Amino acid sequence: MWCLIAAESAIFTIFLVAYLFYIGKSQTGPQPANVLHAPIFYTVCLLASSLTVHVAVRRLAAGEGAAFGRWWLATILLGGTFLFGTAREWKHLIAVDGLTIGANLFGTTYYSLVGLHGFHVTMGLIALTIVATFYFAGRLGREHSERLAVLSMYWHFVDGVWVVVFTVVYVIGV
Amino acid sequence: MSTTAITLSDTTARPVTLRFHEWVTTVDHKRLGILYVVYALIFLLVGGVEATIMRLQLVRPHNDFVSPQAFNRMFTMHGTTMIFFVAMPLVFGFANYLVPLMIGARDMAFPRLNAFSLWMTALGGLFLYFSFLGGDGLYGAGSAPDVGWFAYAPLTAKTFSVGHSTDFWTLSLLSSGIGSIGTAINLIATILCMRCPGMTLGKMPLLVWLNLVMAGLVILAVSPLSAAQIMLLIDRYLGGHFFDTQAGGSAVIWMHFFWIFGHPEVYVLVLPAFAFASEIIPVFSRKAIFGYPVMVLATIAIGFIGMSVWAHHMFTIGMSAGANTFFVLSTMAIAVPTGIKIFNWLATMWGGKLRLATPMLFCIAFLFQFLVAGLTGVTLAVAPLDWQLGNSYYVVAHFHYVIVGGILFTVFGAFYYWFPKASGKMLNEELGKLHFWLFLIGFHLTFDFMHVPGILGMPRRIYTYEPGRGWDIWNLIVSVGVLFQAAGILIFVFNLVWSYFRGKAAGKDPWNAWTLEWSTSSPPPVYNYATIPTVRSRRPLWDLKHPEDPDWRYE
Repeated sequence: MWCLIAAESAIFTIFLVAYLFYIGKSQTGPQPANVLHAPIFYTVCLLASSLTVHVAVRRLAAGEGAAFGRWWLATILLGGTFLFGTAREWKHLIAVDGLTIGANLFGTTYYSLVGLHGFHVTMGLIALTIVATFYFAGRLGREHSERLAVLSMYWHFVDGVWVVVFTVVYVIGV
Repeated sequence: MSTTAITLSDTTARPVTLRFHEWVTTVDHKRLGILYVVYALIFLLVGGVEATIMRLQLVRPHNDFVSPQAFNRMFTMHGTTMIFFVAMPLVFGFANYLVPLMIGARDMAFPRLNAFSLWMTALGGLFLYFSFLGGDGLYGAGSAPDVGWFAYAPLTAKTFSVGHSTDFWTLSLLSSGIGSIGTAINLIATILCMRCPGMTLGKMPLLVWLNLVMAGLVILAVSPLSAAQIMLLIDRYLGGHFFDTQAGGSAVIWMHFFWIFGHPEVYVLVLPAFAFASEIIPVFSRKAIFGYPVMVLATIAIGFIGMSVWAHHMFTIGMSAGANTFFVLSTMAIAVPTGIKIFNWLATMWGGKLRLATPMLFCIAFLFQFLVAGLTGVTLAVAPLDWQLGNSYYVVAHFHYVIVGGILFTVFGAFYYWFPKASGKMLNEELGKLHFWLFLIGFHLTFDFMHVPGILGMPRRIYTYEPGRGWDIWNLIVSVGVLFQAAGILIFVFNLVWSYFRGKAAGKDPWNAWTLEWSTSSPPPVYNYATIPTVRSRRPLWDLKHPEDPDWRYE
């Protein structure tokens, strides 16, 4: 998993470099400072989900199945809320501000970078949901906590990347 | 998954369909390794045919053997095929086969990921070659990618590359890239977690060390390529502007992204070549490798420096003086660890009892040719000289010297060395020597003389040239060399097939070697080792054969 994270980091680095390189180079269309609003609430949701997934895995390792279920569902809920936030933001950007991926360089880099991250959140949510399905089928035991620890590493990584993406897009970029 | 696990010798009595099914669904690292290698050999022949077509076109001025359009497709397909579907699968095939055996493990860490990676790579090759049929979509004419293997923007923009040929190229590299990253993750996990008892990092065979560093480089280098391919797809299909200079995008950033992959890729390919040399040269010199710790450190140094030299491919685009200086110096710095390795191999041979069997012949040729390739590399690293020689046939000669003269020669050596292990049969030694000499002569005719038209100003990728510029005779010699190389390759393929059926039985340890893979039967059983071995030194089989004077007393 560490290796996968290294590979993923390299991919994100390339997209981040492209974003940073193209800041302020858009010739037409909406500019970041005019249309972007930092999604503070949804960011807090995503970061909080890192805590809940961590607690969930510890509960499972301690053999407390019910507590694990609650924390795990909370993680899915928080992750889902974050995706919902991204969707709302994009809808507003497309419908009201007219920023599409082909509108200008800002649109191209913004949707690719945030979309790449959103894709990783979605993948994580699918994996979390599969685990939840196993949990409700009663097929998840203490012996799986090590595997879930690996999955939670991935989730932490997705959250950690968001901190960087957030800084670049909503702090440096505007 | 366990039902498909059987050894090669068990399969003879089974119906063909069942055996085929077993190979397709296999998760055994040895079978996957063999599939990688066979796949690469098929593409080696295809890529070789493409090279031959180019050399036939260039054999004399104003030739019209192929059209300019077809010539563009040939050099694009030749480059892409040879790097992504010959060199990479060869590297991964040998790593897959050898690493678990050499560290005394029963399989890779993630066998199913391993199979997934193989089939992703295979899918990539299919994508690339399907472009001959589907490149123009419904127009029906068919066309392969013609944008060059590094596909600079804006050639790849929708405007300049209509149809789907560039899309097939992108998808092909994306899917084979996913396969490469999967294999690299698998190799690292296997090497770090599955070594047999007693095999500390400092007692691993050098081949394993070099493949560990190679896998790290794959992770850091292939991921940027995948990211750049995703950007290109966004540009082509979603109307993005990453590489669209009209909308403020940058063509240069594609160059950076490509070469951040492209240069470490050279080390991804050459480190396994070093790995083969580091195993073969000691065995055929009857001496332990000289300076093992330094070899490991030099490898790691190459890995690190190799990540910071990419823009020496871009001197001619006009970077700032600071960037030029940095990349000149970092490129020259990498000659130091590489030089250390060459001296260590020479010191291993020095005073040894040399056995000039075919694997060793290929490795000796590698030593000399890789040195020459490194020297022309240093000349190209000098930015002012690169401004003169960049994009000429001198560059083409240089990197073919690395990839053919360095990498392919050791790969051939590795075939002759490990074929007995994988098949249980020796490769024919007379045919092997014939292959070696033909290929050596062909290689030097082609690539030694290719430097000259480059110095005389012949640019690469031109489909023909005017007579009387002093290039004619050199191009003729270069093309004649191809005949010798082709003859050598055909003898090699014949040798593989013939020896597989008619070769001498090899036995466990035909070369009197020292690493663990030679302690199990040839071919190894599916579980590799009935009991997991325990090692105490870098040459465990030496310890077994010489209990009175074991290595571990001295390490």
